[in-house]
Amino acid sequence: MSQLLEVSDLNRHFGSGKYQVSAVKDVSFKLNPGEIVAVVGESGSGKSTLARIVLRLLAPSSGNISFMGQDVASLSTTDYWRQVQAVFQDPYAAFNQFYSVKQVLQKALGLKKLNTQERRERMENSLNAVGLAPATVLGKYPHQLSGGQRQRVMMARALMLRPKLLIADEPTSALDASLRVSILNLLKDIRQEYGMSILFITHDIGQAYYLCDRMLVMYQGEMVEQGSVEEIVRQSQHPYTQRLLADVPKLH
Amino acid sequence: MASLLSVSHVHAAYKAGGREIKAVEDVSLELAEGEVLGLAGESGCGKSTLAAVLALAARPPLYVKEGRMTLEGQPYDLRKNKNLPRELRGQLISVLPQGALNSLNPTAKVKDFAFTVLRAHRPNIKRSEADDLARERLEKLGLPGRVLENYPHQLSGGMKQRVVTVISTLLNPKVLIADEPTSALDVSSQRSVVALLEQLLEEKVISSIVFIAHDIPLLRNITDRIAIMYAGKMVELADTETIVNNPQHPYTKALISSILVPEPYVRQKRIEGIAGSPPDLRNPPKGCRFHPRCQQVMETCKEKEPPRFGDTRQFSACWLKEEVRA
Repeated sequence: MSQLLEVSDLNRHFGSGKYQVSAVKDVSFKLNPGEIVAVVGESGSGKSTLARIVLRLLAPSSGNISFMGQDVASLSTTDYWRQVQAVFQDPYAAFNQFYSVKQVLQKALGLKKLNTQERRERMENSLNAVGLAPATVLGKYPHQLSGGQRQRVMMARALMLRPKLLIADEPTSALDASLRVSILNLLKDIRQEYGMSILFITHDIGQAYYLCDRMLVMYQGEMVEQGSVEEIVRQSQHPYTQRLLADVPKLH
Repeated sequence: MASLLSVSHVHAAYKAGGREIKAVEDVSLELAEGEVLGLAGESGCGKSTLAAVLALAARPPLYVKEGRMTLEGQPYDLRKNKNLPRELRGQLISVLPQGALNSLNPTAKVKDFAFTVLRAHRPNIKRSEADDLARERLEKLGLPGRVLENYPHQLSGGMKQRVVTVISTLLNPKVLIADEPTSALDVSSQRSVVALLEQLLEEKVISSIVFIAHDIPLLRNITDRIAIMYAGKMVELADTETIVNNPQHPYTKALISSILVPEPYVRQKRIEGIAGSPPDLRNPPKGCRFHPRCQQVMETCKEKEPPRFGDTRQFSACWLKEEVRA
């Protein structure tokens, strides 16, 4: 199988001289089509920086990213974002307060060349896919939606474009446990239906364990361990991963 | 166990624009000496409102409409918030807020914060005395005394939360109300905050904690009992073991089964969340407030509000319990 995404020797530092901080150090990993991969690590481990680089919101200091065999640096961001979409952590910050749901979705559809009829269908289909009724939601403004609904709208926005890769940066950490599960189930179903790959950034190993196929563990900017989720939870090799697992509160 | 703090029949509401939102209705609870009580539920279930009432921090637009509190045998009327003796706050009951980030002044050093807190209760305290007291306490709890000289931005999130914990317990309060102290932290920092709270209990700096969180696995590690709230009501109260392994109320069951932990059973099946969303408290549903989302709903539930089946230390407010009894 050819890789969807290949990241090699990625570095990113901030500042210079004695204030230089390496947020991402020599990170390499691959992502197969249709795979859900988690990036886990504590606050400040560089996982969000990595997500931003992969999304091309931030330039790497060095290193390569290739998407479907092509170096992403040779693609325009518009072309890239037709294929790669994102859902962010804070559904309260990701909206423009003055845009209705319909306007938010219309704007995103601007990336694709579609006629009015197709646009409406895409919008309605993707809202249905995330469990929102288009008739009631389309005219609403962000303040009229609950946190879970906003996150669903963000997901619908990303889905409309039928991306090959979705980057989900802690999409559920602002939500309640009961809602969290339904968002994760939604991601599972989307993968099933569209064969989309997901890079799922989280600090919650429980969620990664439920949703993902593979897990990449980051610590202080370095990728210290990668492997299948079961393997890592059962017998992690790196001491940091072991500590992280030990810190997760147990239920039973 | 002797009861340290008890509140009974607390009703609290937010009043704004001529409307009233009943955030807490008829909640009673008891806290024993040395006990850690967990308070859990979804966003908007009233747990933070209850925390504000318990912490005697109810300020408009939040009004306590009814409710009595007994603290160390002394009764207080919660409605008369202003008339409550000052030494209650900080000395008997202290609050550990959610975002340590927001409770520290970014332009002041940690020691200034400690001084301000101490001076509010002991007007004649000298700066050097306050510093010594804070340093001594930090070091006793295994934290570096040098943080007193730091500004908040120089500390990590976990350290900030621990520093706020230490300062909010400087006056040795009897009861600490911890309102989601760890929800903004990653698991490793969460653990260090919980460890610090345990240490405070062990060293007898504080005697009891009311720990509010929506994260049940976290509560499991520190609490003796857990109260579950839904739409302003307390629906179940039981010891931690029962809540986790043998929950009685359908809402508690649904809440427990939607928890994702890295344990093998989690991956073996599809876990379902709770369908629907919590009711609008301006207009709560008739009967049991959970009935529109409940899997085991019966006719009675839609009409009559379920009473508490059990006693004040352990109960479930669900009509199913009556069936069992009959």
